[in-house]
Amino acid sequence: MSGLSLYGLPLYDLLWAPFAEFGFLRRALVGCLALSLAAPPLGVFLVLRRMSLTADVLAHGILPGIAAGFLVAGLSVTAMSVGGLVAGLVVAVGAGAISRATGGREDAALAALYLLALALGVTLISTRAGSVELSHLLFGSVLGVDDPALFMMAGISSLTLLALAFAWRPLVLECFDPGFAAAARARGGLWHLLFLVLVVLNVLAAFQALGTLMAVGLMMLPAVASRHWGRSVGGMAYAAVGIALAASLSGLLLSYHLDLPTGPSIVLVAGGVWVLSALAGPVDGILPRLLRRPHLTG
Amino acid sequence: MSGVDAAGITLTDLTLTHGRRPAVHHISGRFAPGSLTAIVGPNGAGKSTLLRAIAGLHPAREGGLRAPRHAIALLPQAAALDRAFPISCLDVVMFGHWSRAGAFRALRPAEKRAAREALSAVGLEGFEGRPVGSLSTGQFQRVLFARLLVQDAPVILLDEPFNAVDSRTAADLLALVHRWHGEGRTILAVLHDLELVRQQFPRTLLLAREPIAWGPTAEVLTAANRLKARMMSEGWDADAEACGLPPDARSAA
Repeated sequence: MSGLSLYGLPLYDLLWAPFAEFGFLRRALVGCLALSLAAPPLGVFLVLRRMSLTADVLAHGILPGIAAGFLVAGLSVTAMSVGGLVAGLVVAVGAGAISRATGGREDAALAALYLLALALGVTLISTRAGSVELSHLLFGSVLGVDDPALFMMAGISSLTLLALAFAWRPLVLECFDPGFAAAARARGGLWHLLFLVLVVLNVLAAFQALGTLMAVGLMMLPAVASRHWGRSVGGMAYAAVGIALAASLSGLLLSYHLDLPTGPSIVLVAGGVWVLSALAGPVDGILPRLLRRPHLTG
Repeated sequence: MSGVDAAGITLTDLTLTHGRRPAVHHISGRFAPGSLTAIVGPNGAGKSTLLRAIAGLHPAREGGLRAPRHAIALLPQAAALDRAFPISCLDVVMFGHWSRAGAFRALRPAEKRAAREALSAVGLEGFEGRPVGSLSTGQFQRVLFARLLVQDAPVILLDEPFNAVDSRTAADLLALVHRWHGEGRTILAVLHDLELVRQQFPRTLLLAREPIAWGPTAEVLTAANRLKARMMSEGWDADAEACGLPPDARSAA
């Protein structure tokens, strides 16, 4: 593998050797690529629904469930996932129910619930776990992705893609014109619930690799960046997936070569792409706006 | 188009509320199949709430409401929509097929053709791929009318359809309304332009929470009725009592 090189290092060593050499890196790569296929389109819908912060709220909201699973069964993927799913759904559905029942705003109910959940989660974990486990739960460990975790990530990713393909039209309609959806008896509430379940599942899958604090990075940053690349919901979803795939691969390599923590590396790369998109993206980017091209005649 | 004969809407002592405050108070009457009715009244008179209730989007607090729910198309006030949403005109219009295509079935070529034809019928030929964010208010309203065309519903409810559009657009859209009327559809439109109502709408419901008058437009839009509507809508009683009790029971409570 000679020939192509960068700064004297053969490209093979830079880009492929780490994965060829280390099984844990390969597993991390497969897991992150699976996440990158499913989570970003959900992020696009969250952005379009003005719910960009909801994913973050859910990522914190799953913590008490994960902690409960951890207390019962230790660092077991199954126990922590089931606990996290329950807690995430309670926060997601509970916020809507509370705001409808008491007439308050939904984002206020979400904020209250997630702060409560975060405090409860950290308290629960601290009763039993040492700081190593706590940091594992908060920051994840991409390199500790074991087979059960990998199967879960791949499974959730496949399920999400199927559900999106199946429910694309109602999701777009419910997002664009909920009033019309209600008048057409499109069962908007049901689709919204399905969508929230998918978001919680993907946050859970991401939590295995990236931890609760970084879990939504791969979901939201590519989605926010995709606005500058696509003019339709579908176009944005494709752009977001592409950005997430690239960020996963380069984030892992960056973390390997520079000895950085993996989760934050991936999220940092995704964040870099967002900055770049906001600057130079063809749709509403800052630089294309500054380029004064002559206006059209009509 | 089917079910025109069943397209009447009957209200029986209907009361709609926001919380406990009445938005529409004890209204009874019938919109006959094929009728073209303007609903006028001051702001806060319950006009939009009544339309939403007929479309099944607002529950009846008391009384009865009989309407062919499967056969209704509603045009809400356009301001309620997110115009920055990344969607093309054609995609918006194609949602009009929802009642037939549902959530999953792919649209047939004939249905896509119908959506394109609807766009040209509202004067937006060549706008198929345009994102709705790039449209003017009037053009966007035309897109929503194209969606109504595609919906092909026997009952059409329009909530302030000509607000904030120029006179040319209003005239074009009004022509569509008359075309629908000619096809025997039942049409209810919330409007503020009384001159327009006098000229173009055979029947009128003057609403100020309670129905002030309901019938042929000329008999409804009298100066006396309009004064009455204004008086009723300006009253806001902070100590309003529960409705429906006899007067002596109210004072005892």
